[in-house]
Amino acid sequence: MYRTDSYEGMIAETTTVSGHGGDAIYAYLARPMGAGPFPGVVLLHHIPGWDEWYRETTRRFAHHGYVAISPNLYHREGHGTPEDVAAAVRAQGGVPDDQVVGDAEGSMRFLRSLPYLNGKVGVMGTCSGGRQTVLAASRSQGFNAAVDCWGGRVVMAQEDLSPKQPVAPIDYTADLSCPLLGLFGADDQSPTPEQVAQHEQELKKHGKAYEFHIYDGAGHGFFYYDRPMYRQEQAVDGWQKLFAFFQTHLVGSD
Amino acid sequence: MCTMIVEKAEIVGSGKGAQGWFPLEQVNVSFDHPFHATMEHALCLDFVNPAAGPGARVAVELSAQSARRLLVTISTALARGDEQLTPSGRR
Repeated sequence: MYRTDSYEGMIAETTTVSGHGGDAIYAYLARPMGAGPFPGVVLLHHIPGWDEWYRETTRRFAHHGYVAISPNLYHREGHGTPEDVAAAVRAQGGVPDDQVVGDAEGSMRFLRSLPYLNGKVGVMGTCSGGRQTVLAASRSQGFNAAVDCWGGRVVMAQEDLSPKQPVAPIDYTADLSCPLLGLFGADDQSPTPEQVAQHEQELKKHGKAYEFHIYDGAGHGFFYYDRPMYRQEQAVDGWQKLFAFFQTHLVGSD
Repeated sequence: MCTMIVEKAEIVGSGKGAQGWFPLEQVNVSFDHPFHATMEHALCLDFVNPAAGPGARVAVELSAQSARRLLVTISTALARGDEQLTPSGRR
């Protein structure tokens, strides 16, 4: 934690990474000033798009000493306001899982290419980004820790599978390559506490390192301070658990 | 939750967006997280022209109850129009 007599500076800017299929996609990068080395985090944005909340959160990680990057997972759908682009993606039923995993991997490789990385990279996401975090941490080998915040549709019924989302993320559990933190709301309808329990059973079955927290009095998206679902107490505790988890796995013990 | 519920239809008409009027080609109807309405899920109507880019969009977010009321209101208005404008119903 910073002190009142500490120097602090930050660089935050849009950059370009090589995503799925070698596509050049925009990403928002934030890092502390200085030589580092800094741990890295890839942030996978939510259904409402590559929006202000994700840019703020990317900078929040930089404030906490991380080099953080948030790729625009909707880059290929054209450009406009985040809402307009997200609405276009919504109409198309989302973006393909393979593409998101490729974009997450490309962002991770970008971080690993930086001279000031400490060699560790985490991945986190909320809502659809939470689901995609589970996918990326299972289908890629380069992440050191993953945080799934209320990712729905990790458990999927057969009829919910589609060409864009052909495999339920829970079915990749055997391949999960790093410790997983999950933050969920007990009142959420997707994932329901039952689905979270089902995911937990699968993690246990495969001997995976994980830490799940289900908050009473919270539903979906309880970090979003600009939405009615915001829950102050649960959000503060969730952020503390998130940073403690990354501290353990991306930095080392305090 | 992210429902991913979306229905689409081709339409003909005009919409007034941030840049003024433009021809509409499609309406996307979803029941999912709204961007602005203060409810967890809303009936979201996006009147769009995909060829003109993501910004060619007129957006409306309604509570489920409001959306049902709108459905009835549209049906009523259309029925009255049919009554007045079709040969058998023309006064």
